[in-house]
Amino acid sequence: MSANTAPQSLPKSDGASLLTVTELTTEFRTAGGTIVANNRVSLWVEAAKILGIVGESGSGKSVLCRSILRLLPSPPAHIMGGEVWFNGRDLFKLSEAEMQAVRGVEIGMIFQDPMTSLNPVWRIGDQITEGLRVHKGITGKEARQIGIELLHKVGIPSPQTRIDDYPHRLSGGMRQRVVIAMAIASQPKLLLADEPTTALDVTIQDQILALMLQLQEQTGMAIILVSHDMGVVAETTDRVAVMYAGQVMELATTDAMFRNPQHPYTLGLLNSIPRIERKVDRLIPMQGQPPNLLKLSRGCPFANRCPVATPDCAETPIALREVEPGHYSACLYPERVSA
Amino acid sequence: MNVETAYQTLRTGKVSDAMFGVVHGVRTWPFSLKSGAAIVAVVALLGVLAPVLTPYDPIVGNYSEALDPPSLAHPFGTDNFGRDLLARVLYGAAIDLQIGFVATYVPLVIGVALGAMAGYLGGWFDSLLMRLVDLLIAFPFLVLIIVILAILGPGIQNMYIAIFAVGWTLYARLARAEMLVIREQEYILAARALGYGRLRIIFRHALPNLIGSSLVFSMSDFVLNILLASSLSFFGMGVQPPAPEWGAIVSDGRDWLLQAWWIATLPGLAIIVTGLGLSLIGDGLSKILGQRNNPAL
Repeated sequence: MSANTAPQSLPKSDGASLLTVTELTTEFRTAGGTIVANNRVSLWVEAAKILGIVGESGSGKSVLCRSILRLLPSPPAHIMGGEVWFNGRDLFKLSEAEMQAVRGVEIGMIFQDPMTSLNPVWRIGDQITEGLRVHKGITGKEARQIGIELLHKVGIPSPQTRIDDYPHRLSGGMRQRVVIAMAIASQPKLLLADEPTTALDVTIQDQILALMLQLQEQTGMAIILVSHDMGVVAETTDRVAVMYAGQVMELATTDAMFRNPQHPYTLGLLNSIPRIERKVDRLIPMQGQPPNLLKLSRGCPFANRCPVATPDCAETPIALREVEPGHYSACLYPERVSA
Repeated sequence: MNVETAYQTLRTGKVSDAMFGVVHGVRTWPFSLKSGAAIVAVVALLGVLAPVLTPYDPIVGNYSEALDPPSLAHPFGTDNFGRDLLARVLYGAAIDLQIGFVATYVPLVIGVALGAMAGYLGGWFDSLLMRLVDLLIAFPFLVLIIVILAILGPGIQNMYIAIFAVGWTLYARLARAEMLVIREQEYILAARALGYGRLRIIFRHALPNLIGSSLVFSMSDFVLNILLASSLSFFGMGVQPPAPEWGAIVSDGRDWLLQAWWIATLPGLAIIVTGLGLSLIGDGLSKILGQRNNPAL
């Protein structure tokens, strides 16, 4: 429950950062206590690049995305600190009306379950064009035309007919495409994708990711891709943040992270990935469970599961430090992480 | 303007897609909905066409024909004033359907709007509204209506005022309960993530989803309101004589039950048939609304 107090060497982009999150702390106050879901989270995304956020369930990935867009209901969630700089403005200082002008227009967000992300009583065409009407005042035939083009862009066949379909006529993969179409309708500069492929089967997952990459190339949109699937992250992202128990454990380019992880948790994640090309008798999971967020210790939340922990790991507050140029780790002893 | 253009205009206009989707597919309606709608449509038609269908005056009777049993000249018989009962029942159809409709749907609109807002916004608005609802519901419905009418005086207008003042509470609770569930749905979160404002989300995104239970309930309410109007006529507080409101006719008929059973029973049959039609509609509606959310049905 105690918030991390160590000073961080803040990840610095070279000024090309589109979104910079600095020491974001979000708490949930519940009857059982206070949960620090995001604990001084710092990271950044550059324009037209893809940042992956990877971590177990409960690591705070989704809460992070929702905190950025201020979608969390205010009791019980409270943003206790930090700044989110986007396009020269701190999003936390905006009024609700100004935030509504940012959501959907400058920053889009898509969610995990396509089966429930669409309003069941509206046709998909109307759902897509609603954003155009609200934010840009485009209505009628023009909006419908843009809707058809968007559907075409996201790979829906026969868009002129399908635009009048209700969501229940679409499969999961197609619904997710529609959701993506809605999110990009106003051409946002940043897309927050909260596990967009987790609820889809693997072949569709591939298609959706390819679609997102394609859109990203075409429009120069930046993406924050949240996933618990290392494979997805490896293929798709430029840089990665690893989260655990509400804190960022490692932040690096995807390449550097996979080749040379500087945190035992990251190493553990990489080792636990089943390999199809090798025949093994046993997989190598990480021992233990993520900590109870109601009862966090002062030190590293990973200490009790860490194979290379030292006695003071559980006592010393952690912080992100630059261990190599552009490669940040929150481990107190990154040198003990041998690849 | 051809069908295609009309279709497009209707669709992109203000008509909620939920409503249009229902109307559009009459062929796919379940049998209960079709039969119920047919019954109510026939009753409505009879009410509207009453002046054409019967030569008799529903208000002024012929005393020499008083208390005549059903016959070819008077298919429903006559009442104690010599008025043709069938004519009264036919003219009464328009009155009762109108009363039922207004007494049901005005409170529905008010109640659903307030309940949906309370459910979504929470906070002081929700608390205030729910306390008000609790207050109004604490009194027996009929007693409250009668008190209001005693203050305002009898008549149809005042009856409406009294019903509006009290009836909205039922719908507010229904709508609020549904809203509490719906506002946790992911498509509402997605709508917020798309930057839509609260009122827009409440009324355009959430409302079509939560109105189902209120609409189904409104069918029962419709029938109950017709009966309510009858009860009030009995007290002399609602529809005033000589208006041929069915309940009033039944009520008057009680005095003549042994001599002229037809005065009390035949309008009662009309109430039953109308009520049946409305219940069937309610049944069919709940089927359709259930189908929309579950494609397996």
